[in-house]
Amino acid sequence: MLSIKELYVSVEGQEILKGINLEVKPGEVHALMGPNGSGKSTLANVLAGKEEYEVTHGEVTYQGEELLEMAPEDRAKSGLFLSFQYPVEIPGVPMVNFLKTAVNEHRKHKGGKPLTAGEFLKLMREKKELVEMDTQLTNRSVNEGFSGGEKKKNEIFQMALLEPKLAILDETDSGLDIDALKIVANGVNALKSENNSTIVVTHYQRLLDYIVPDYVHVLYDGRIVKTAGKELAMALEEKGYDWIKQENGN
Amino acid sequence: MEEQDKILNEVTQGEYKYGFVTDIETEIIEKGLNEDVIRLISSKKEEPEFMLDFRLKAFHQWQKMEMPDWAYLKIPPIDFQAISYYAAPKQKPKYESLDEVDPELLETFNKLGIPLEEQKQLAGVAVDAVVDSVSVKTTFKETLAEKGIIFCSFSEAVQEHPDLVKKYLGTAVPSTDNFFGALNSAVFSDGSFCYIPKGVKCPMELSTYFRINAANTGQFERTLIVADEDSYVSYLEGCTAPMRDENQLHAAIVEIIALDRAEVKYSTVQNWYPGDKNGKGGIYNFVTKRGICRGESSKISWTQVETGSAITWKYPSCILIGDNSVGEFNSVAVTNNHQQADTGTKMIHIGKNTKSTIISKGISAGLSDNSYRGLVKVLPNAVNARNFSQCDSLLLGDTCGAHTFPYIEVGNKSSIVEHEATTSKIGEDQIFYCNQRGISTEDAIGMIVNGYAKEVLNKLPMEFAVEAQKLLQISLEGSVG
Repeated sequence: MLSIKELYVSVEGQEILKGINLEVKPGEVHALMGPNGSGKSTLANVLAGKEEYEVTHGEVTYQGEELLEMAPEDRAKSGLFLSFQYPVEIPGVPMVNFLKTAVNEHRKHKGGKPLTAGEFLKLMREKKELVEMDTQLTNRSVNEGFSGGEKKKNEIFQMALLEPKLAILDETDSGLDIDALKIVANGVNALKSENNSTIVVTHYQRLLDYIVPDYVHVLYDGRIVKTAGKELAMALEEKGYDWIKQENGN
Repeated sequence: MEEQDKILNEVTQGEYKYGFVTDIETEIIEKGLNEDVIRLISSKKEEPEFMLDFRLKAFHQWQKMEMPDWAYLKIPPIDFQAISYYAAPKQKPKYESLDEVDPELLETFNKLGIPLEEQKQLAGVAVDAVVDSVSVKTTFKETLAEKGIIFCSFSEAVQEHPDLVKKYLGTAVPSTDNFFGALNSAVFSDGSFCYIPKGVKCPMELSTYFRINAANTGQFERTLIVADEDSYVSYLEGCTAPMRDENQLHAAIVEIIALDRAEVKYSTVQNWYPGDKNGKGGIYNFVTKRGICRGESSKISWTQVETGSAITWKYPSCILIGDNSVGEFNSVAVTNNHQQADTGTKMIHIGKNTKSTIISKGISAGLSDNSYRGLVKVLPNAVNARNFSQCDSLLLGDTCGAHTFPYIEVGNKSSIVEHEATTSKIGEDQIFYCNQRGISTEDAIGMIVNGYAKEVLNKLPMEFAVEAQKLLQISLEGSVG
């Protein structure tokens, strides 16, 4: 599914990622943890194709293709989905239009016909239930006036509509109360299959109680310094990140 | 990026190779402007005495006037003696069929969703005399005639309805109003005239497309709309297709007069050739548009989508004389590359309980400058007058400019005037968010800009609104990325 080799990334001349290696196979759930500033969000954004990040070295293969050569919208249409840490508001653009355009772009990419308004509304109703999305929200402009929790739910709702192969959830748990967290996690779990993969970026072990990872990686100072099973998340929860820092000479 | 540049070129560049060729057999008088030329124009058009007087008065005043320099525009010097002020507008088809027309132009038309027959007219293709558009026109004229509505070319109105023309001409924009207004009054070639009788609601949108003399009304166009008591009309001007013209200077006038309880909606989509990417060429558009709400409870609303011209100088205004009368101004102005626009409105409150609303949405891209200039003036007698103004600017990239010049003068204590303004930049974050959902940058910009301008676009008649949406997107293609 995804293979990252020796990836180095800089932002405005400052090196953030310093040699990332990561293999994600179909059906796997990987958790990416680490203290603030370790480069987790940078990795998520680089994979999605955000512009201001400069890849200075390394390669990324996604479904056999050079991911870094692809335009962001092509990555998206090939099934790479990023659930944003801070979803963006787009005033004046109705959710429904935005989503319909997105869904139809995906369908076009796969050689399918665009959905009619009726078909799309039906699809939307189905997927809304999955994340217990308030009907009112889809009548508003994209993310405008949504609460923090609503924005995160909205991300998972979009994920449900677009049915990605590789979903990257960038701190989807931040700002969620426990009920919302469960809803979001249930949504993600419902979409899981043996063909698609998930990378969960998080600070806390809490989300991993609900979305159980196959692997936990600890990112520190731009490198993956530890990889283990889900028990690693428990250890981090207990001991914090200090022991990781000490092990790595800080 | 290359692809985007290509599309942008298609839409905005190129010389005057598309249509609008003046027939070489056309009768053209010598270049230059003097009293003899004015007399000649008037006599060629076989005008009554009052028209000649009107023109001469304007001309004499114009001679004493200076070109205005208060706008936030860099206007190259214009040699008014180097222009020919009269050409009998006879247009000869340039092509026999659409197959001969530049395919790139046709692609632009298709992007805008312009019907085939209309495409032919715009591109200068001979239109078959039996095609639908002609029969539509005939039916259209009959329907209007039944209601007593007069809708014809200005020249025709001068001949057929001189009393009406004499009564209302120059009552909203006096012949000596301003430099460009006076010039137009002196030399205007043709335009449209529209009269809606008492109590009549015009059953259809009146558009210049259906006007008999639509083909080539020239650079000094004049429109006069009179809505008699309790009448209603919605009038559409312009076209979303890129309009090219050999004449660089355009100075038009639109006058609207609304009597008691009459309502006039005037919508414009302006897409004159804006010049090439380097700022070469392009139309200079100096327009005077003004409506008078003369009667009580009358209403005039201006809605404009401005995407074209190298220079735009335009302030559609309302003079609210009648008590309880209402004025509205809704505008989207887009500037890209080297375009400059200084546009806005004037709302003059004279009657009691008069109300006005101003919604202006400026969008700047490239190296362009986009200014809103507006005056809200409440006279002492206009008790309980109300105005609400909202002026928003949206910037694409960091090489363009947006400016707001609001002037507010309130002469009494019972009136309320509100002004809101925002400036925002189209976020890379917003575009990336759309990209991440599979939406291309071009489509994302279209979506975001249309979302921003929605409030104004919603005021346009339905079919116009759809075209205008596409136009906004095309006008900004290649401006971010």
